[in-house]
This record gives sequence, structure tokens and C-alpha cells, in this order.
Amino acid sequence: MPSGDILLDVQGVTLTREGRTILYDINLSVLTGEIHALLGVNGSGKSSLAYAIMGCEDYRPDAGRILFAGRDISDLPMHERARLGLTLAWQEPARFEGLPVGDYLTLGRPTISREELWEALHAVALDPATYLPRAVDRTLSGGERKRIELAAVYAMRPRLAILDEPDSGIDVLSFSDIQQLVQRMARSGCAVLLITHRNDMAAIADRASVMNAGTIIMTGAADEARRVYAARRG
Amino acid sequence: MKAQQISGITTPRGDPAWAREYNAILQAYEQAGGPTAALRSGRVAAVVVSANRVLGVVTVPGVTINAEPLPDGVQAQIMVAPGVRLERPVHLCFGMIAETGVQRIVADYEIGAGAQVEFLAHCTFPNARDLRHIMDAVVRVGADAHLRYTEAHYHGPYGGVSVEARAGITVDAGGRYFSTFSLVHGRVGRLLIDYTADVEASGVVDLTSMVYGAGDDDIEVRETVRLNGEKARGLAKTRIAVRDRAHSRVFTTAEGNAPGTRGHMDCAEIVRGAAMAENVPTVIVRSDEAHVTHEAAIGSVNRKELETLMARGLDEDTAVDVIIRGMLGRL
Repeated sequence: MPSGDILLDVQGVTLTREGRTILYDINLSVLTGEIHALLGVNGSGKSSLAYAIMGCEDYRPDAGRILFAGRDISDLPMHERARLGLTLAWQEPARFEGLPVGDYLTLGRPTISREELWEALHAVALDPATYLPRAVDRTLSGGERKRIELAAVYAMRPRLAILDEPDSGIDVLSFSDIQQLVQRMARSGCAVLLITHRNDMAAIADRASVMNAGTIIMTGAADEARRVYAARRG
Repeated sequence: MKAQQISGITTPRGDPAWAREYNAILQAYEQAGGPTAALRSGRVAAVVVSANRVLGVVTVPGVTINAEPLPDGVQAQIMVAPGVRLERPVHLCFGMIAETGVQRIVADYEIGAGAQVEFLAHCTFPNARDLRHIMDAVVRVGADAHLRYTEAHYHGPYGGVSVEARAGITVDAGGRYFSTFSLVHGRVGRLLIDYTADVEASGVVDLTSMVYGAGDDDIEVRETVRLNGEKARGLAKTRIAVRDRAHSRVFTTAEGNAPGTRGHMDCAEIVRGAAMAENVPTVIVRSDEAHVTHEAAIGSVNRKELETLMARGLDEDTAVDVIIRGMLGRL
């Protein structure tokens, strides 16, 4: 449950890439332990905001600042942000030749136990005995790779997980699996910034923000934000 | 010293010099990742060679090994009888403890029709400062036979080795040959891999080379796969990482010379610092029912892979190392 403390505080962030401003004066806060949905159609700037928060190359804001647990992380490299407890699951995860799933899941938390590794894969409905020895490479389907990415984030036990379209590439029957995973993360104390273009995915959120054309047009209770988003989409 | 058939090579034969050299070469073998327990057991087929001395030969039923010294190396012939299926690999241990010198291995491997066998070769030169290792191999894989050949090198920390590994491989109809060459620990020095494979109908050849170069290492890989028989298949896969001032050149050729042949060349090279990598693929097709393809990825580490690992808390250098080690099969 959200505690009311602000964990992530994005203040007035503006981002220009290749001569085009793609984020305009973004203000967004995520509370400790909350599920905060970021709703928006494709191209509205949701992923760009995620990359800016994570500190990806070429996504350094031109203006504004980003605070995490009260600390200004605007100038920190990605790995230092991650070590503070911030991580990101990409919409289209990378593949790694020769890197076993077991090793991949361990990278974010080297002290993880075998039981926790198994739990992480069970949480995304993958059989650990089958998947732990497999490589995170192109022999995995897009859906399998996506589940492993979510398992890696879950295994890391971050304080805030940014999940970029976590249901994309996963079959429709697994939609509820993903929602349950997000709720499970929140119950374990991990705040989730849930990026999605699907209104029904945001149903599990505590609060939500609606993004349009590079700016946040409203933030509020999830139900209210979903109504606004649905109305705008027609 | 002439090769001798011995029932187990764990017991020195009362010759302290032999025992010293034997233990030193096995220690180097272990350093290169070789499983010494299997080698010492005397229950697996094996050849142990130090410089031009054959220190031990172990045979098992169905496997004939002849090893004779040459002035600058050893001539070794290994024959696997038709239909033989070995549960345990044949171990080949070649190396030199000295800092300088030449070792030439003239090898002749014949796998009889229908046989199935795996060779594990380790070539170790842990102290090399000015040393040359030449391997001239002829490999014949009989009809419907299956050979998996894994060769791991360790050249020590000084980069003082020049290796020329040449092999002419023939795969008869329905035969299968899989080889993996790896040199991913320590320095490389100078390396030339020059393999040519001729594959008959429905045969398969799969050549994989993995090398990690640093300092002023110089790497050249030349692989030619000729798919001569109908429905023959071939893959030439190269994985190289170079850093500092190291230089790698990869020349691969795949020929689809008969109907239904399928060939593919897959080259990935990661370049860091002032290193340099080249890849020159050649595709030759002589049948309108053949299909030969090529893919190459050369350059820096993939940014998305890097950032994914950094988002898990790895700093950039560690993340690059994880990616390279994965690519080179070192994890």
C-alpha cells in the first residue's frame, strides 16, 4: 500500500531530442509502494519519460530535475540510479547471446537465493527448470523474453520499477498474470510506474496520470484518470 | 621417446623426468580448462604431447591411436572404427612448458561410417614468450558418422605465441561435424585459423570460432565451407572481441554447389579502444536451388544490451564484460 511518502519526484522536466522537444515541463510523483499508471497513446512520450527517469543515454533533460527518495539523481549514471533501487523493464527487451536466464536474473541482486529465483520465474508463469539454463537470446520468443524481463525486475526487488507496456507481446490470456505480478510487486513494497496505453491495465493502479503529446494533462485517482483517458480516446 | 600404449597414465613409469614433464603439461592442461581427472583416470582415450614428446597414449576399444615424434613436433593418427559410439570424449592434450620453441602437430583423424565420437582438445602454452604452434590436420568424417570437436587454447599472459591452425575437413554423405575453437583466456599473440570443409549429400558442418584479443594481438580467421552434395548444410560462426590495439580479420566463404544446400555465415565482433575488426564474407552459389546467407554485426557493444544491464546496477565496464563473456561462451 502507498505510504504517502514521495519516492520519485519529477520536477519540470523538459527533453529535446534531435531538435524536437518531446517532453514539456513534466511534473510527476510516485509514492512509496503505490502502483501509478501512466496512460497515453503511442507516441505520447511515455517511454521517453521512462528513459529520462532511468538516465538512458540521449535522454538527459534540458531542464528540470529528478529526485529519488529525496535525492537529486538528475546527474547520476544509470547504474547508480539502479543501485538506489530504481529500474526499468523495457517494452522490447534486449537479447543476450550466451547469457543464461539464471545468471541474468541474478545480475540485479547477486545475493538472491535459489528459491527466490524460482519464485521470480513462477511469478511470470515460466517453469524454472526449463528456463533457468536457457540463454536470454533469440531462441526465446518475444513473449518469453518479455516475461523474463519482468522476472528479472521482480527478482531485483527494487524500490521503484518502471514497467514499460508490460503486457505488450504477451498473449491476451496472460493479461491477468501481468496484473497479478504488478500487484505482487506492490505488496512486497515495490512502487510501480506502470506505463500503458491500455485503460484496462490501469485498473489495478492506485493513482494514474494521463499523458498526451509530451505533457501530463492530469494526475489523480486511477478511476478518474481512466475516465479522462477513455473520453479523450473516444 | 616413442608413443606407448599404456593401460593407465596415472602411474609414472619410474622415470622422474617423464613424471615431471607429464605433471607440468597436465597442470597447464587444467589451466586451459581441461578435465585432468578424466585424463588421469586412464579410462578415456587420450593423447598427451609435450613439445615433440608423446608422454602418453590411452586407447579404448574401437579407437586406434598412433603417435610418433617428429623433429619439431608430433604426428598423430586417430581412427575410430565404423559404428563405434563412444560415451566419453577422446582427450587430446598438446602443449609446451618452455618459453620458446616450435611445436608442429600433423594430425589425421578418421571417423568411420556411422561412428559417433567427441574430441576434446586443449592446447596450452602457459609460459610462451616466443613460441610457434602449427597444427596441420586432416579430418575425415565417414558416412552418417558424427564428430564433435572442441578445441580450447591457453597462451599465457605474454602474447608470445604464434598459432597456425589449419584443417582440411571432409564430411561424407549424412555425416555431421561440429567444431568449436576457443581462445578466450589470457593473451592470443598471433593466431591464424584456416579451415576448409567439403560436405557431401545431407552432410552437416558447423564451424564456430571464439576469440578474445587484447594488447597487440593479431587474429585472422579463414573458413571455407563447400556444400558439394545435395541438401548439405553448413554454418560458419565467428565470435570475436578485441580491445586495446588488437586486430582481427575474418574471411569466410560459403559455397552452395548443389541443389538443396543451405549455408550461413554469422559473424559478430565487438571492438573496444583502439582495436580494429574486419569481416569479408564471400558467397558462391552454383545451383539455382541452393541458398547461402550472411550476417555480420561489428562494432561497439549494443547500446540497449548495455543499458539493460546498467539498469540492473552494473557499471559500464562490468556490463560490457558480461556481454562479451556471454558472446564468447565464457559464462
